[in-house]
Amino acid sequence: MIKNLQRRNFIRLGSASLLIGAASVSLPNIVRGAQKKVVVIGGGAGGAIAAKYIKKSDSSIDVTLIESNKTYHTCFMSNEVIGGGREIGSLNHDYRGLKKRGINIIYGKATAVDVEKNTVVTGMGDKFEYDRLVVSPGISLKTEDIEGYDDTAASVMPHAWKAGVQTGLLRRQLLEMDDGGLVIVAPPANPFRCPPGPYERVCQIAHYLKNHKPKSKILVIDSNDKFSKQALFMQGWEARYKGMIDWVPGTDTGGGVTSVDSAKMIVSTDFDDFNADVANVIPPQQAGEIAQQAGLADKSGWCPVDLGTFESKIHAGIHVIGDASIATGMPKSAYAANSQAKVCAAAIVASLNNTEILEPSYVNTCYSLVAPDYGISIAAVYRLSKDRSEIKSVSGGLTASDASPETLRREVQYAYSWYNNIVADMFT
Amino acid sequence: MLTDNCVACHGENGQSLGPAIPNLGGMSQTYLLGAMLAFKYEDSNKLMAAIKSDSDFKDVNPLIRNSTVMTTIAKGYTVSEIKAIANYFSDQKLFTAPQDVNLSLASDGRKLHKKYCASCHKNNGKSSNVDAGVLVGQWKPYFLWTMSDYLDGSREMPRAMEVLVNDMIATSGVESLQQLANYYASATP
Repeated sequence: MIKNLQRRNFIRLGSASLLIGAASVSLPNIVRGAQKKVVVIGGGAGGAIAAKYIKKSDSSIDVTLIESNKTYHTCFMSNEVIGGGREIGSLNHDYRGLKKRGINIIYGKATAVDVEKNTVVTGMGDKFEYDRLVVSPGISLKTEDIEGYDDTAASVMPHAWKAGVQTGLLRRQLLEMDDGGLVIVAPPANPFRCPPGPYERVCQIAHYLKNHKPKSKILVIDSNDKFSKQALFMQGWEARYKGMIDWVPGTDTGGGVTSVDSAKMIVSTDFDDFNADVANVIPPQQAGEIAQQAGLADKSGWCPVDLGTFESKIHAGIHVIGDASIATGMPKSAYAANSQAKVCAAAIVASLNNTEILEPSYVNTCYSLVAPDYGISIAAVYRLSKDRSEIKSVSGGLTASDASPETLRREVQYAYSWYNNIVADMFT
Repeated sequence: MLTDNCVACHGENGQSLGPAIPNLGGMSQTYLLGAMLAFKYEDSNKLMAAIKSDSDFKDVNPLIRNSTVMTTIAKGYTVSEIKAIANYFSDQKLFTAPQDVNLSLASDGRKLHKKYCASCHKNNGKSSNVDAGVLVGQWKPYFLWTMSDYLDGSREMPRAMEVLVNDMIATSGVESLQQLANYYASATP
């Protein structure tokens, strides 16, 4: 409140100064009517959308997107690459479309945020000023939580939880494995990016093995006792991959995989050691590095935000969206990040133009491919709770457990449509 | 803000990049209202009651329809939000989805369209005072699934349509559906 009053007085004073011809470069931006600057860190499902929708609703705002990779690989649909149903190149997207919209694209790694001076520094030493900053860095992997899971181990037991090289690596290992081999998949403790992801991956691996290496088995050593779309996945495993998949809940192992020996291909829980032919070990996660570095994360490793604007509860003027944020009530999914980015973009534009912030509306839809002709989905519409403590689902549902084969086939084509439209939303 | 959440699946301005999620851009307001209300209420009596209670829905045909995710999603919106959503997409441009077309099938489909469909889906179905969907430019899988749902009863046809579709299938066989799909996919708005 005090801040707002001060700002209003500031404007009044500024106008007076202008009248008497005292305008000078030393006046604050807001008085000079200088172009307002928004910097977005991270060009994924959240950041690309935030940059685009801010520019789209107010082209006078100077929007800069800082992204490490010239080519972006979507994590969504990358499990289909592992199963062999999709070429990895089809996951590649670039930023030419956003550039055409007038967004400044900076290829580089944001390495520091100065929350006092409102600047972001990249690894190249370039400095970017902002009036508002959007941080959408996705996740970082807490590899230290799994003993022995260093960089070498990650190249032997790929997590494939950031799409690209790791996706290709896991695919290659499956191709090279002998028939009769054991594939271990180790889902991390909650919360993590893409809650149904590990289980869709199990389906995709099983699909490949069933057709090419039918004597092989999959052991899922879970850190958790239940998982997203569980009944539907288990129904799919039974229907299509009977006898191939053994899922072990966290309670049976004291919480899943705790250490690995990548040289010996051993994956261990507190009680047992398992020899794997292919090991997909997915470490626990937290908000991406720059969020940690900028002090935007709390003790949980994730970033607390106001759920109506996604403004950080730790640093004002900085917004955190997507997987990195604590979006209480929503899953860490691409569609959720997309929806949050739009809510955040609207709030930022309103705040920079001193207009009223509209009531936010959020949606999540998420498809998982059990087999090439067998898709399942989850969808929900959300509203902000009155006390702003939760993004509350007002309607939600899954594919019906008695869905016909025709419906399951359609879900696959709808999943592909979902993909084509969401990446167009991000990159064109 | 509301429709921003729709476009990540249905495409910018309701112009879907497919291969199956339908285009919404340029559909009539009445049609879009009918679809969303049918998804929201599911039950025939509830749908009828909702339509009767609001004069904005006077042209909406109370027809039940099935879906995958839309019955879930529509329930998350109020009636006034549904009106805003229908307004927005009916204001957008019609779109011809980029898809492969068999021109020989399309040519047969054109004749079928004139004979059986054009009386309601007229002016390419663009007239906003009718409840007929826009067929031109629509994704083929979506069109074919819709027809299959009509034929097996999981989606309700208007009486007049039922007569025409049954006549068409009896006279020209089920291949007429592929012919129509290819015609609509090839036609420009």
